[in-house]
Amino acid sequence: MSETITAPGDAPARVPGKPGGRRRPPRGRKVLPYLLLLPALIAELAIHVIPMLVGAWMSLLHLTQFFIRNWTAAPYGGLTNYRVAMDLNGPVGKDLLHSFFVTVAVTVLVVSGAWLFGLAGSVLLDRPFRGRGALRTLFLVPYALPVFTAVITWRFMFQRDNGMVNTVLSDELHIQHGHPFWLLGGNSFAALVIINIWRLWPFAFLTLTAGLQSIPGDLHEAAAIDGAGFLRRLRSVTLPLLRPVNRVLLLVLFLWTFNDFNTAYILFDLPPTSADVISIHIYNASFITWNFGLGSAMSVLLLAFLLVVTLGYLGTGRLRRRYA
Amino acid sequence: MHDSTALRWVRGVVLTLLTIFTVLPLYVMVVSSVKPLQDVQGAFTWVPSHVTFQPFVDMWHTVPLGRYFMNSLIVSVSATVCSVLIAIITGYAVSRYKFRGRGTFMTVVLSTQMFPGILFLLPLFLIFVNIDRYTGIVLYGSRLGLTITYLTFALPFSIWLIAGYFDTIPRELDEAARVDGAGPIRTLIRVLLPVAAPGIVAVAIYAFMTAWGEVLFASVLTDESTRTLAVGLRGYANQSNVYWNQVMAASLVISLPVVIGFLGLQRFLVHGLTAGAVKT
Repeated sequence: MSETITAPGDAPARVPGKPGGRRRPPRGRKVLPYLLLLPALIAELAIHVIPMLVGAWMSLLHLTQFFIRNWTAAPYGGLTNYRVAMDLNGPVGKDLLHSFFVTVAVTVLVVSGAWLFGLAGSVLLDRPFRGRGALRTLFLVPYALPVFTAVITWRFMFQRDNGMVNTVLSDELHIQHGHPFWLLGGNSFAALVIINIWRLWPFAFLTLTAGLQSIPGDLHEAAAIDGAGFLRRLRSVTLPLLRPVNRVLLLVLFLWTFNDFNTAYILFDLPPTSADVISIHIYNASFITWNFGLGSAMSVLLLAFLLVVTLGYLGTGRLRRRYA
Repeated sequence: MHDSTALRWVRGVVLTLLTIFTVLPLYVMVVSSVKPLQDVQGAFTWVPSHVTFQPFVDMWHTVPLGRYFMNSLIVSVSATVCSVLIAIITGYAVSRYKFRGRGTFMTVVLSTQMFPGILFLLPLFLIFVNIDRYTGIVLYGSRLGLTITYLTFALPFSIWLIAGYFDTIPRELDEAARVDGAGPIRTLIRVLLPVAAPGIVAVAIYAFMTAWGEVLFASVLTDESTRTLAVGLRGYANQSNVYWNQVMAASLVISLPVVIGFLGLQRFLVHGLTAGAVKT
């Protein structure tokens, strides 16, 4: 055998002297990977990329209810929709800005709460003890539950007269007086934050548990022998080693919370102003007035904000490096 | 290495609080589903005045829950099957071939995950309505339209996870199969799939959970006859007189299969997550 072994993916080298030796790999092997990508590519183009481009185009149109079935006939409006959305003196712009700030506040509280709970749970369950497996499983249940059944249960718990929260807080623990509304007015903000933390902290717990398992146990042993207490080990050993996990985890939590539509949609008939998060604000602005042009402009602004934050957070090209 | 008393104490308190926080809604769901109607209309009680399974019978009649159930099941199963198949083929290409544009492809696919759903919703709604108008293919208000939409939601994570799994399988196995005369497709089916089976199961559960729990697109892209559970259940709670015991019974029935499936196979999911993460 005079054939040499070449790098995988290359065609086997030809025996020298053979006439018309093919130097290039056979055609099929170059086309095949692209053929394999085709279904995923078509699906992503059809549902994500093309609608996104259409959305960007729609944001430039005066696309009101008269043109839904015939949107190509909608008059071109240039940047009018953006001007309306960002005009802080007009009612639309003012409401959008308010909704943005509500979303930022919800996101900050939920991400830090979920992360802290997840860290506490995973660190405290890192050492084996009786019942650890059961607790780990239990903590994952909120994450496994379909969003809408979880939130509807919370909706029942936050009912004013027959809900559990008021019964416990007012009648059993006497922490508050009377039966306040939780799903109307200022309290609805707190309700939204609590429910979101409940739904998301198990994901932080799951991710951090997986991250902790990759930290070798002897590092802790060594630190303990050197006299480092629990908090010292947490600060000097655990947290630095969890850094790569935390980096991705915090970003995912941020994006999920910021874009979350489900919780507010199921929790309220119509969200009170104190819990008017951005996704549902755009949804209602679009479908109540049927002004899709304006709704699209708001969506594009939202995407622009998320892109800036994400790229700023990641630095550039981290995903690319992974698969290049 | 011994834990100090203080640490054991802190651990006890914190874990107890986390457990209570986690369990409360689950307890409310279960206990309310076996309460008679007057119990859930009056002040909350920790135990039912008497246990009844009537809510589990009545819930099918108050709203067309059976139809919602079938719609959800059909859409979620079809979306899961399609997205798993596509993810396998794509994961194979990404893991086993070096080709131009591979990095760009993965970047684009993964970054669609971060886009707010609301951004696609309006254009997709318009596109569906207009496809119906010009070609007669009914996507708006149909299970087909929802299935196509859902299969793309699970795709990015599924491709990433399956490609990660395939990467852990040594290429020598492929080579051996090739020497035996197997083509790429046979190699995929005979060599890679059996080894990656846990990853594929994990992806299937993930895809099913995604479709089963989706609310935003279901609220717009379905009509009364194709309504899924996610939207239908909200209809219960919006009525003027809410039968909370039936709502909780329905929630329990809807949640149970997903929760059991997830918990039973969480090992695979966690393993899949770490298999993917090791590469970063």
